Amino acid sequence: MSEVTLRPAHQAPSAPTLDMSTRLGSVTFPNPVFTASGCAAAGQELDQFFDISELGAIVTKSIMLAPRSGRATPRMAETPSGMLNSIGLQGPGIDAFLDKDLAWLASRGARTVVSIAGGSVEDYAKLTTKLRGRPGLAMIEVNISCPNVEDRGQVFACDPAAAASVISAVKRAAPTGVPVFAKLSPDVTDIASIARACVDAGADGLSVINTLLGMVIDTDTMRPALGGVTGGLSGPAIRPVAVRCVWQIRQALPDIPILGMGGIRTGLDALEFVLAGANAVSVGTTVFGDPRAPIRVLDELARALSDRGFERFEDAIGLAHKPPVLYVPEDPDPIGDEPAVVFHPSVAFEGDG
Amino acid sequence: MPVQVQGEVLSMRKVGAYHAMTVVAPGMAELTRPGHFLAVQVGGPESSMLLRRAFAIYDVKARGVYGGTVEFIFSVHGKGTAWLAARRPQDKLDLVGPLGQPFKLPTHPATAMLVGGGYGSAPLLPLAATLRQRGCRVDFVLGAASADRLFGQLDAKRIATSIEVTTDDGSMGRRGRVSDVLPALLDRSGSEVVYACGPMAMLKAVTEISSERQIPCQVAVEEAMACGIGVCMTCVLPVIGDDGQTRMVRSCVEGPVFLGDRVRWDDVGTLPPDVVGSLNAVGDSHR
Repeated sequence: MSEVTLRPAHQAPSAPTLDMSTRLGSVTFPNPVFTASGCAAAGQELDQFFDISELGAIVTKSIMLAPRSGRATPRMAETPSGMLNSIGLQGPGIDAFLDKDLAWLASRGARTVVSIAGGSVEDYAKLTTKLRGRPGLAMIEVNISCPNVEDRGQVFACDPAAAASVISAVKRAAPTGVPVFAKLSPDVTDIASIARACVDAGADGLSVINTLLGMVIDTDTMRPALGGVTGGLSGPAIRPVAVRCVWQIRQALPDIPILGMGGIRTGLDALEFVLAGANAVSVGTTVFGDPRAPIRVLDELARALSDRGFERFEDAIGLAHKPPVLYVPEDPDPIGDEPAVVFHPSVAFEGDG
Repeated sequence: MPVQVQGEVLSMRKVGAYHAMTVVAPGMAELTRPGHFLAVQVGGPESSMLLRRAFAIYDVKARGVYGGTVEFIFSVHGKGTAWLAARRPQDKLDLVGPLGQPFKLPTHPATAMLVGGGYGSAPLLPLAATLRQRGCRVDFVLGAASADRLFGQLDAKRIATSIEVTTDDGSMGRRGRVSDVLPALLDRSGSEVVYACGPMAMLKAVTEISSERQIPCQVAVEEAMACGIGVCMTCVLPVIGDDGQTRMVRSCVEGPVFLGDRVRWDDVGTLPPDVVGSLNAVGDSHR
């Protein structure tokens, strides 16, 4: 029989002993599943479907200084296991956002990661200054993968020096105790070098990845399908690219916190990012098809970790970079002086679904 | 407040060129008002189609042998709707609804003209029933390309004081468009309010005819949507607000029902320079 989901009580993770908390810079979040910028507006719509304060954090749609209309329609084209969007950062501007959206998020008890976007280094600095002293602000995500108005066609995150200048301006203006994450574009030759430039400029962590630039042509009209001609590709189609980017950055920068995203649909997808090196994950495009996806992914990730014998979420971060976990027999072979290398002694090998 | 329901297909029927699907979706029917829509997941749990398909809600039954049901009408346009058309009774279907703003009802027993294009008549039929319950007079104009693309003309005939049908090819009713017959019908019926749902070009024409007569006109628009719940910002169109300013407004949350004379029909699909925060000739693409 069918079942109704009015406002379902969130199920606790299956293992009561599992510690899902994760640390990003100076802030500890109760769990590692966040929304993704541009896929959850400012939380109110999703709060109709689940209690948004139960997520690790809400990452808000990138906000700019002034109100912004975004682009003409059509703004969306569905693609195999993904979609293209050319929204163009539609939004109410920072002042209305702070007074309405961030205030509401704070009153709801949600931890908020505010995503900011600007056309110049000064824009980013001004936006950051306005965030000072705002309740509910847990972290700042700097969207440098958006258009650079000063140098049209150029994206800050495609150039290490431009990326660094934005990040250092934001860091100078940022309130103490609020980590600053740089959101990176995968459309670069060497993402690790951009990541390093951001970290050298003071970034406390990295959000990986933004959309890939793509295009669809409508074969009926024989014209580009999007009003904006090109658009950002997201969804499960880009997941392997995103996992690769997280992996490369974790290899290059072993200690820097990473917020991983790109096509996460299930708890096992999220676990892939974590094993590649993500300290937390964002669930984005999947929300469009399943508004409860973030809380579902949280439950599924907790179950996947329990099934594998983890007691702390953080023990799984970057595990794929470590040597394979060796099975320890009940009665170890007495021959040989070297003990078996066991990274995580309670890893299970069967029934991981 | 919408609900997300794992529904079960109760029945499927073919109506001319369209499909009518009834789904057991407890909790949704009692919240639904005429003009609301729902959004359906297509392709199953492993689908490569991530985005929901949105349809106006046609009929609801809050209580029944099987629990609450919702019925919607659709036409096969692509892979998603082809998948839907292949569903059979007892198949599972993930629905979100009711969504959007419903039609506003007159406070007194007014004379109402309902104008439907194609299966745009689907939300107008429950609206007609509601208006009749409130003592309103209801007249219908239904139009389509051809007879098989009309929907609900028998239901409409039963409910309405009068009904006029037009088809582009003359296969049923008068040959022509609804906008050809609407002016005379409005004058004859003494219509005080107009409701319309159908293609954008029709909504524009109905709005202009109503505005000339200073008859308030509510329209339910069709815009391409990715989420249906207000988070993706793809289904926007330029709408004039109470303050006289035009904004790019989400048709899923602020609509789909708008006052016709607030929609800047000629600017749909463009970015007028006087829209609040207008962005012209900026080569951006990322969220």
